[in-house]
Order: sequence, then structure tokens, then C-alpha cells
Amino acid sequence: MSPGLIYALAGALLFVLGATGVIVLANLLRKILAFNLLGSGAFLVLVGLAQRDGGTDPLPQAMVLTGIVVAVAATALALALLRRLHRLTGQTRLPDEKEHG
Amino acid sequence: MADVRFDPLPWLILLPLAWAGLSFLLGPGRGARLALAGLSVQLALALLLAAQLLSGGAQIHAVGGWGAPLGIDLLADGLAAVMLLFTQAVALPLAAYARVYFADDPHGRATHAYFWPLLGFLLAAMNALYLSADVFNLYVTLELIGLAAVGLVAAGGGGSQVAAALRYLLVSLVASGAYLLGVALLYGVYGTVSIATLTPLISAQAPLAVGLAAALMAVALMAKTALFPFHFWLPPAHGGAPVPVSALLSALVVKASFYLMLRLWLGLFAPLSVPLAWLPGLLGVAAIVWGSIQAIRARRLKMLVAWSTVAQMGYLFLIFPLLAPHGVALQAGVMQALSHGLAKAAMFTSVGVLLRATQRDSVDALAGAAARLPITLFAFALAGMTLMGLPPSGGFLAKWLLLEAGLRQGQWVWPVAGIIGGLLAAVYVFRVLRQALLLAPPSSQFHPVPRSLEWIAFGLAGASVLLGLRGVEIMALLAVGGRS
Amino acid sequence: MTLNQALPLAVLASSLLPGLIIFMLAEQRVGMRTTLNLLGAITKLILVGVLLAGVHAGESYGFRYAVLPGLDLVFKADALALLFITLSAVLWLLTTVYAIGYLEGSPQRSRFFGFFSLCVTATMGIAMAGNLFTFFIFYELLTLSTYALVVHRGTPAAIRGGTVYLGYTLAGGALLLAGVAWLHSLLGQVEFTHGGVMAALGPEYAPQLRMIFLLLIAGVGVKAALVPLHGWLPQAMVAPAPVSALLHAVAVVKAGVFGMARIIYEVYGVEFAQSLDLLTPLALVAAITILWGSLRALTQDDLKRRLAYSTISQVAYIVLGLALFGPLGMIGALVHLVHQGIMKITLFFCAGNYAETLGTHKVSEMNGVGRRMPATTLAFSVAALGMMGAPFTAGAISKVWLSDGAQAADMGWAIWVLTASALLNAVYFLPILYRAWFRRAALAWPDEKILALGRRETDWLLLLPPVITAATVLAAGIYADSKWSPLYWAQLIAQSEYLLP
Repeated sequence: MSPGLIYALAGALLFVLGATGVIVLANLLRKILAFNLLGSGAFLVLVGLAQRDGGTDPLPQAMVLTGIVVAVAATALALALLRRLHRLTGQTRLPDEKEHG
Repeated sequence: MADVRFDPLPWLILLPLAWAGLSFLLGPGRGARLALAGLSVQLALALLLAAQLLSGGAQIHAVGGWGAPLGIDLLADGLAAVMLLFTQAVALPLAAYARVYFADDPHGRATHAYFWPLLGFLLAAMNALYLSADVFNLYVTLELIGLAAVGLVAAGGGGSQVAAALRYLLVSLVASGAYLLGVALLYGVYGTVSIATLTPLISAQAPLAVGLAAALMAVALMAKTALFPFHFWLPPAHGGAPVPVSALLSALVVKASFYLMLRLWLGLFAPLSVPLAWLPGLLGVAAIVWGSIQAIRARRLKMLVAWSTVAQMGYLFLIFPLLAPHGVALQAGVMQALSHGLAKAAMFTSVGVLLRATQRDSVDALAGAAARLPITLFAFALAGMTLMGLPPSGGFLAKWLLLEAGLRQGQWVWPVAGIIGGLLAAVYVFRVLRQALLLAPPSSQFHPVPRSLEWIAFGLAGASVLLGLRGVEIMALLAVGGRS
Repeated sequence: MTLNQALPLAVLASSLLPGLIIFMLAEQRVGMRTTLNLLGAITKLILVGVLLAGVHAGESYGFRYAVLPGLDLVFKADALALLFITLSAVLWLLTTVYAIGYLEGSPQRSRFFGFFSLCVTATMGIAMAGNLFTFFIFYELLTLSTYALVVHRGTPAAIRGGTVYLGYTLAGGALLLAGVAWLHSLLGQVEFTHGGVMAALGPEYAPQLRMIFLLLIAGVGVKAALVPLHGWLPQAMVAPAPVSALLHAVAVVKAGVFGMARIIYEVYGVEFAQSLDLLTPLALVAAITILWGSLRALTQDDLKRRLAYSTISQVAYIVLGLALFGPLGMIGALVHLVHQGIMKITLFFCAGNYAETLGTHKVSEMNGVGRRMPATTLAFSVAALGMMGAPFTAGAISKVWLSDGAQAADMGWAIWVLTASALLNAVYFLPILYRAWFRRAALAWPDEKILALGRRETDWLLLLPPVITAATVLAAGIYADSKWSPLYWAQLIAQSEYLLP
């Protein structure tokens, strides 16, 4: 099994863990952390599959860099919203999804 | 001989970025006029692009002079041009509406402090999405749209609004993550992200990873378009945000992910999509039924309209079992997307007027509105006509095309679902109209609302109805294909 | 654009444009609104006159517009269209005059007359539609514009009536759409052609064509108030009298039967329809409706509701005529389309007069009304006698031709149905006439809003229209043989429809 494939499988596992976390966990901060895990998993898959015999492929690594920047921005937004929510309502979980009437 | 033509493609992305940045620098609440000027130019550019395509065929622009596979290509074909035109044409009246709406806002400036820069970023991202030619760039633009939209939803709001924004953000992020994973898998198998290069490579015998990628991307886009059962984030977000934001989201933002799904289904993953084509159709039917029921039951007016969006998004997915490139079903889907966008914008804007006038967000408080705000009610009624699919509106034309596509292929289940959806829409539309046509109780008070708000709503509604008469030009533009 | 193309559009515009302007007018601009209304109605009559002369001389008028590749909006003013257009245009003028008088001082008149004009535009569009697609578009537009008029008063009862109306008509529209689209998928654009277009399809399509016929007839049958799709009509009587008069006695129900005429004669072709055994079931449904409507009318005390059930019954006469295989039946149907229209509108005008002048809504309150309102009651009597098929009235002509048609089509049982219905008509109309003329009035009318001044019984705007239409009822009966009569025109149409290879 090539190292690239190991990275890719690990990335897939992280992705699944992260996605489960976002869906299942209740605390918003943990959800955001899980999202980061999910993102890292996807990046790892991309980097892992980029390992080709005869040197690494720079294109996926460039894509991952872009992805990291986007993820940082998204995390920052999420955290800012979380802080706002906490200041306004004292909660750190999302309210139940009532079917609003 | 060199073909020296003005190339509008990069400007459609740069211009909104420019005025967004400038608006931000101008400070909170400023930038409305800048936005209106910018949008007018953008609309002109979109028209120019359409004209160029009709005469010259699809266009490509390599950003910075570096083409694919290492650089970023912008590609404009018929479908992209139609969506670009649609986006600018709806955003401009909405911007005008927002300007007056916020100026008149009793709640003060906080709710719209950064509306204009966020609007600019949103438009830049949407335009970039319609012009992107590789799957990774599409990921970036999808994320940008999501972030800008979340910002618009959360801005200046109270606890419930921020919670709705957070929910929307998390769904959006997980979906984008799944999409990115799909991109990663595709790259892993084929070594490229350019759509033009990938399309001929993917055949029905593609490896499992490609199928997995297709599934991930499809699910991601369905979640972003709020298809049942991923619809739960939409009603709180669209129903809780300020009215101009709701209009933008329901009319424009959800169409972007739908467009992408169409592209991928028709182009990239076409050979793989046939066996599972009934699944989006089935989910669409569920969305229509569930969304309509909730809209019929809704107490709050904005929630009614938001649930209506859930139902109408279901309509869009009815075409998937019937799709073939440049076929009638594609025309039906595009017509439905355009008509719904105009009609939903009209509906939210007219609801905004009604809420300002009655100072309450309730369907029951509307008695007497027909007499006091006739233009607005007419706008709502016309928008409702499109949603119900009554002639001569654009929504009717879309329903007709769907019927034709379904009957031609012997799959009449989907058009019948469309017809039933129209009748269900009639129930909730007329729920509002009935209430408004009642004589006003003597104690009712109607606060004055600026006339221009009413007329903008009416204009949007009229456009959604008149769209039904201009089908020929749109179909001609749609047919300009660089790739299907 | 040639004159022949422009004229159909002008006919539409003559009510659409004034209607749109009227929407914008402030409530107090009574003079402007009246002028626009009358100007539009008179212009339309003149244009219709031009069309009549032209079609009689053999000219063809039409207009096409491409909505989608392969799907056109088609307008065609042929003889059948003109029958309907002329009826609607003449009655629109009279009803406008009536409505101006009836609604004097009521709120929201601009909105009323705006939608009124839209209704007439939709009716014109239905009449001039050259293919099923165009027909469908204006059919739905008629639904929407009439809804606004039904709920005009804004009371909870009006809203409820409107909801029932909408439920029936939208459902009918959905069925019609399904049928039209299905047919389109089989045949492409289905333009109305003398003798129908279906013969081109082979016999393996027969089951599909029967299904489509069912969908189409059910769709138009809602507006034509065929049993069991008739439930909306009595409910819609909650609308103001001008609305009940023009729309529910003339425009809406006639749009339904007009659609049936087009479908049977110019889409399926009457001989093809007969070969598929489609006509006999339709005739049966019509017969049931005739009897059911008349029976229900017997038990109604509210005058407008009695007239509503009478409409249900009488309109089914037309459907019966259409379903009788043979030119005589068709002539009877078409001529009754016109005659029933003028008779019914007279009755509704009079009912409106009684309600508006004296507050009388019920038959039991009509004792001695003849003495108080002689002209109105005279008009009512003429129209009622016409409904019964009395000699010298238009109704007699219709009855004769329908009976002859039934005889020629070997459906003798239909004659019994017609006779039974005529008897029932007598049973529910004659008592009203007896009360009106021969009973003494109660001490006070329920709500006398317009006091009698000498010979004047009510506002002249309310009086003139029913008197005119009643005179027309007599004229159509006495002068039926002249070249100006509806009978002559109906014969012309039947000639062209039955002259098929």
C-alpha cells in the first residue's frame, strides 16, 4: 500500500468522523471543531492522492492551500457567530428545530 | 484577423468585488448608490455577453492569461449566460428595494450595517460560479457564496436570527466539505479538475471512486438547494432574515447550487446518472408535498413564503428523471428557475411592504390590505400566479415544458406531481389573498409605506408573468452550447 | 401587421386597455371611469361589427405569436368565434350600463370595473382562440378575473363563495391542462379545424383519445356546470348582481360550452367522436344535468339561487344539442347558446332590480311586485316565458331545433327530457309570475332603497338593460327567419362544420 493511499484512507476516515461530529454533537464549539476535522480530512485525501511516482504533484497542494484559507475564514465566521449567539442568548447550542409556524 | 471584442467575463467578477470593497471602506450603512451603479453596469455587461454569445458562440477567458490546467478558465455558454443575466436582472431591483427599505427602517442601522459590501461579495461569488470551468474553482465559489449569504442572514439580528445563520453555515460547510472530497477523488482518479477535460473521460465503466465522488457532490448540492430531507435549515434562515436578504436568498442563492447540479448531472456525470435519476425526482415530490403543507399551516407570513421556497425547489428536481442535454426537460428546469426567482423576489418584497404596513408578521393581520395596498396585493397575486403555474406566466411555461418532457418519455408521474404542486400552491397563495380581500376591521391600522417599494415588488411580479411570453429568446440563448 | 391581423388584437385591447387604466383611477373619478367603460364597450361593438361583415364576406382574421419553438398563441375570428363574441360584446355593453347604476356609491368600484374589463378580455380571448393552448390560457385568466369579482364585497360569505368557486375551477383547469398537454404530445399543435384533426391517428390510439376526451370535457365541464361539477354555481351567487348576470349566466358557463363545441367539432370532429362512442355518454350527462337542475330549482326560495339552478339546467340543453349527432342538433345548441344568454341575463337583471330597489331576495317576498315595478316584471315575464319555450319567444326556437335534432339523431328519449324540463320550468317560473302580478303586496317591502316617484319605478340605468334584452328575446323569436338572427348565423356555422370530406 503506497503512502499516498494510506494518507487518503486516513483522510477519508477523518472526514467521516468530522461529518458525524457536526451532525451528532450538540455543543456548537465542538461542531466547529468537527468541521475543521472534516476539512482536514478532505485536504489529506487530496494531498494523499497527489503522491505520484516520480515526485509530488504541485497542483493539489496549491488547491489545499486555497482550501485551508477558505476553511480558516469559515471557522472565523462560525466562531464570531457563536460568540454573538452566546452574548445574546447565553446558549452554546442551537435551539431545537421546531417547524416554525 | 484578430477578433478584438470587449470581453465582459472578468468584469462581471471584478466589478462587484470592487464596489463591495469600496462600500466597506465607506463605512457602515453606506454604499447603496455605489451598488446600484455597479449593478446597472453588470446588467449591461450580462446583456452584452448574451448578445455576443448569440452571434459568436461560447466564450472562454483565461484569468491572468494562464489557461487550464494550471490556470483558471472562465467559460460562458448559453446556460451560464442565462443565469448571469437572470442574477443581475433580479439583484438590481432588489438592491433598489433594499435601499428604500433600510432607509425607512424603524429598527435603526444595525440590521443593515454591512449589507452592501456583503451583497457585492455575494454577487461576485455567484457570477464567478456561473463562469467557472473547473470543479475546484466551483468549490471555492460555492464556499464564498455560502459565507456571504450567512453573513447577510446574521447581520444585525437577534438570537434566533444568529442561530438560524449558524445552522445554515454548518450545513453549508459540511456540504462544501463533501463536495471538496468529491473533487479530491476525481483528481485522484483522473489527474485534472477541468470540466472540459474530465467530461469525455468519465464513462459508464468509471471506477468506484468516481461514482462515490458523484454521490458526494450530488448530496452536497442537494443540501445547498434545500432539497428534502436537507431542507430544515431554509425556513428559519429565509423566514428570519430581513426581507431584502430573504428575497436574495430564495431567489438567487439557491439557484446557484441548482445550476451546478444541472451542470454536473448533464455534463460531467451524465453516463453515471441514468440508473438513479428517479431519486432526485422522488425527493422533489416529497419536497413539494411537505413544503406546501407547511406553507399552508404557517402562521407567520415570512415563514409561509420560506416554506413555499422549499416546495418550489422540489419542482426543480422533478426534471432530473427526464433530462437529456438540450432537451425539453432542461428548458423546463431553467424556465422554472428563472420564473421562481422573479416570483419569489416579488413575493418577499411585497410581503416586506405588508409587514411594514401592518407592523406584524402574521397572515391573520392582513384583513383590509387589498383596499389599502392594492399594488402590493396585485404584486403578490401575480407572483402567486407564477408559483401556481397559471398562464400566461413563466411558471406556466415551465409546467407546460415539464408536461411535454414527461409525456414524450412516457414518465407522466413527474408532470402530474407538478400539476398537483400547482394546486397546493394555490391553497397557500389564496390563503393570503383571501385574508387580504376581507374588509378591514374598524380597529385596523395601516402605517404608510414608501410607494417605490410597492412598485418594485409589482415590477418583479410583472416580469415573472411576462417571462411566459418571451420563451423563444431564452431558449435560443440556452441552446448556445460550449458544453452541455 | 395587416389589418386582418390587427383586428383580433384590437378587440382584445378594447377592453384590456380601459381596464388597466381604470385600475389606476382614484375612486372618486366616476365620470372618467364611466367614459372609459362605455368607450371600450362601444369600440368593441364597432370592431365586432366590422368582423361580422368581414367573415360574412369570406375574409379571414387571425394572429399568431410564438411563445416557444413549436408552440404558438393563435387567434382566429371565424364564424363560431363571432357567435360568442357578438353575444358577449352586446351583453357587456348592457351590463356595464347596469353595473354603473347598481354599484353607485359602493366602495372599490375602480377595482370592480378593472376586473370586469379583464373578464371580458378573457372571454374574447377564449372566443377567438385558434388552438387549445391559447384557449387554455384565456380560460384560466377568466377563472382568476372572475374570482376577484365574486369576492368583491369582502364579506366572509363572499370570501367563502370565492374559495369554493376557485377550488372547482382550478381543479377543472388542471384536468384541462392535462388533456391539452397529452394531446399536444400526440399531435403537436392542435389548431381548431373544421372537421377535427384526430382522424390522422390510427385506431390503436382510441383508448388514449377517450381518456383525453374525458379530461378535456371534465375540464371545460366545470365551467359549463355539468353535474357533478356544478357545485360552484349556486355558491357564486354571492357576487353582486351584475357579476351573476354577465359572468355566471353568460360568460363563464358559455365559455365552458363554447370550449365543448370547439373540442367536439374542431378538435375531435363530430364523426370521429361518434365513432369513438363519446357522444352518447355526454348526452346522458347533459340529460341528467337538465333534470337535476330543474328539480333543484323547484326547492329554492332565494331568487338568484333558483335562477342559478335554472342556468345549470338550461346550459345543459346546449351540451345536449352538441352531443346530438347531426347538424340540426348543433344548430339548436348554438342558437340556444345565444338565446339562453339573453333570456338569463334578463332574469338576473330583474332579480338585481328587485334586490336593489326593494330589498327583495326571495320568491316569497315577491308578492305584488308587478304593481310596484311593472316594467321590470314585464321583462321578467317575457324571459321566463322564453325559458318555458312559449311561442314567439327565443326559447321556442331553441326547443324546436333541439327536438328536431334529437329526432334526427335517433335519440327520441332526449325529446322526453326536453319536454319534462319545459314542464319543470313552468312549475318554478309560473308561481313567481302569479305572485308578482296577481297577489297583493305586503305592507312594507323588506328594504326599499329606491322610492317610487310617480311612474318611475327604479333608476333608469337599472331599468333600461333588462327592457332591451327582453325585447331582444321577443325579436329573436319573432324574426328568427331573418338574416340578422342568431338562428341564421348558427345555420351558417353548422354548414361549415358538417361539410367535411
